[in-house]
Amino acid sequence: MSNSKYLLDYTLRLADDALILGQRLGEWCGHGPILEHDIALTNTALDHMGRTRSLYQYAAEQFNNMPAEDKTGVFTSIALQNLINTSASLDEDNLAYLRDGWDFKNVLLLEQPNNDWAYTIARSFFYDAFNYFFFAALEKSADESLAAIAEKSLKEATYHLRWSSEWVVRLGDGTEESHTRMQSAVNELWMYTGELFIENETDNALAQQGIGVDLASIKPMWMERITSVFEEANINTPQNSWMQKGGREGRHSEHLGYILTDLQFLQRTYPGMQW
Amino acid sequence: MSEIDEQQVYKWLSDVADPEVPVLTILDLGIVRKVSITGKGNDTAVTIAITPTYSGCPAMDVIAIGIRMALASRGIKQVIIEPQLSPAWTTDWMTEEGKKKLKAYGIAPPNRKAFQPLGLFEEDSASCPRCGSGETELVSQFGPTSCKALYRCLSCKEPFEHFKCH
Repeated sequence: MSNSKYLLDYTLRLADDALILGQRLGEWCGHGPILEHDIALTNTALDHMGRTRSLYQYAAEQFNNMPAEDKTGVFTSIALQNLINTSASLDEDNLAYLRDGWDFKNVLLLEQPNNDWAYTIARSFFYDAFNYFFFAALEKSADESLAAIAEKSLKEATYHLRWSSEWVVRLGDGTEESHTRMQSAVNELWMYTGELFIENETDNALAQQGIGVDLASIKPMWMERITSVFEEANINTPQNSWMQKGGREGRHSEHLGYILTDLQFLQRTYPGMQW
Repeated sequence: MSEIDEQQVYKWLSDVADPEVPVLTILDLGIVRKVSITGKGNDTAVTIAITPTYSGCPAMDVIAIGIRMALASRGIKQVIIEPQLSPAWTTDWMTEEGKKKLKAYGIAPPNRKAFQPLGLFEEDSASCPRCGSGETELVSQFGPTSCKALYRCLSCKEPFEHFKCH
């Protein structure tokens, strides 16, 4: 791959992570256990959506500036290809609404369904802890745009992590029922956490240039944070087990298709429709 | 038209209110990061860099429209709005005047420097903007907008909003 393709791949995966988690958290709107926590999740979803926009805007700018030969084969979704053939440039909405599942690069963890409150909290907690250390490192990126987005996002990841950590403790150290639900959510989602730290060709190329984050360096910090909160919450940290992967390469679970159906329906049914 | 300078533009911007907390101007909030002027007479172009309070702040578009209208009404036709993410906005940039206005409006202003994040289960203490009591409790870290938390006064029993330190 060329360098511009690596950077686009990297930007898109961060955008896709933010979009899919934001969409999942937004599904709680009107369904939260009490109004205040309904609002908490939708506020958090809004932070993720804001980051999504910044990242897709940057990704679109990168794609539009790519030499023509590099653009071939970047996206294989037909709706997006048709647009590329007829339009001078892509924008943030095209990237969100016109890519099929296999062009999405989010980790599998984030497309997992909300299930119950504990499951939603566990998913956010694993990811918030990752985001916190990831953005603290990306803030020093040699790429100015990514560094600026990271600087902004780190402030938000800080209180996201605080909020989800508190809930892990509240549920884990709560009633027998809440403890059981928290522990089983952690057990079930654990196999999706390995993918956060898998380094592929894109990671290696960009880490070498000081643009991307060295994931191996943040894994111990993530692990330490996870285990210290679990200790306080009386939750057992699952032992190493077989880990799921594939999202970063566009191989997803069935869940992503349903998310995209919901998310993309309007633009797929009425192409180019504006609010 | 006569020549304008940056100070003049800042004066015009002091009329642009934040759509979510209309008692504050965008200058009180500290979200205007830079003003620069190029060209002369009818070719005058004003570039204004603004930064979002939070990544997903839905008010950014309305703020940009407000800025364009404020300048258009003074005859400036070319207005370029540049979103700027770095350095990231902080409540430390809110003016003292802004904090006074917030309190008078019924919102407890940010009351500490924002660089030190809170620990788990640690709460910011906020004084009740109505009766002044320090006996208050946090209801939710999240409120009707990203920038505010919900509190309850234990003295006068009134609920109120706190503009979070961020």
